[in-house]
Order: sequence, then structure tokens, then C-alpha cells
Amino acid sequence: MMTVTVLLFASYADALGKSAIELDLAPGSTVRDILGTLLSMPGGDRLPTRPLVAVNQEYASANTALHGGEEVAVIPPVAGG
Amino acid sequence: MRVALVDSPIDVSALISEVTDDSCGAATVFLGCVRDVNEGRAVTGIEYSAYRSMAEREMTAIAREAAERFGVTRLVVEHRLGTLGLGDVSVAIVAAHPHRAPALDAMRFAIEQLKQRVPIWKLELYIDGTREWVGAGSIPAGVR
Repeated sequence: MMTVTVLLFASYADALGKSAIELDLAPGSTVRDILGTLLSMPGGDRLPTRPLVAVNQEYASANTALHGGEEVAVIPPVAGG
Repeated sequence: MRVALVDSPIDVSALISEVTDDSCGAATVFLGCVRDVNEGRAVTGIEYSAYRSMAEREMTAIAREAAERFGVTRLVVEHRLGTLGLGDVSVAIVAAHPHRAPALDAMRFAIEQLKQRVPIWKLELYIDGTREWVGAGSIPAGVR
């Protein structure tokens, strides 16, 4: 098993009622697997099925492979300015 | 160039002084301010939050891209976080250059890119006591 830290922000943090989650994943897991886990959690139905994700502060895709120890951020539509 | 997320009011005059000197024939300033109405609803303020580490990284990348594209290295971008009231400055960008065209282009580029890709969010506070996350941002090109 490997562990990643998942960060949630703004409306997504409100939906899941938390701003950070430690997830244990099987080796070979991708961003897609994390999204599947989040969507099945209480409040996960309020997330879009394919939200924007960043791995270690860089925008990533659902296919991005994880190796453990990453910071995975699920990013609501940005609204700076 | 310098970018920053700040938690206190932005001093625009200080930013202008920071990036200009006698070589600058032009300095352009963009200020984003908290507006009293959004989509027909009366707004009393906005609470800004960010994914700080990534936001600073993206802002730095934008400043570098502005330098590459327009040759403007005299650029400062500050975005304020926290609860802001009507009229407060949420973001300030100053670009300076010997000539006006690069200064104007770099300033425009920086604010448009910031709005598209920097992970900052606003929680709008309405006069009736309700609040709502603003979801106006777009998905950066080439992602997912």
C-alpha cells in the first residue's frame, strides 16, 4: 500500500466536510482511482465526476500515475481576480 | 519581477515605485476590486482563499511567461486573500517598460492568465446573509 495526501478547497471542501484526507492506495493507482474514492464518500455526489486535479502543485490528468507521498489537490473552478 | 499572496491591504503606490525607474517610459496598472453587484445580487464582500503553494507557483510561471513573450521583467503581481469589503483591491498588477505596448500587453496577459489558472477562490457574501462560491473560472487548456 502507499499513502497520498488529498487536499480539497472551496466548494469541494464544503461538499466533503474536510480539507485534507490521507488515502491508502494500491500500488499502480492513478488520479482516477482517487477521484473514484472521493466520489463514493459522503458528500462526494456534490463533486463533478471529472474535477480538475493537481499533483504536487502541477495540473495533472486522470491517468497520472501515483507512487506514494504525493500531494494531490482537487481544484474547483478557479475564480481569482 | 515579484509575485505574492498577501493578507493585508495592497499598497498600489509602493508597487509602482517597486517596478519603475528612469528607464520606464510607461507603467501600466491593473486593479481588481470588489464590486457591489454580481449577476443581479447585491454583494457586501468577498472571502478569498487559495491553494497557496500552487497559486504562488502559477503566479511565478505567469510572470516568467510575460517576460519571455513581451520582454517585460519589471512586473509585480499581488493578490490579497481573506475577507474584503466593497471597493477593496483584491489584485494589483504593475508592469513597466521603456515603451507602452509591452507594458500594456504584459499587464493584460498577467490578469487574464491569473483568472484562468491560479487556484484562488471567492466566496461571495450577499446582503441577505447568504454566501456562495463563485464558479466562473474555466478549465486550463490542455488539462485532463
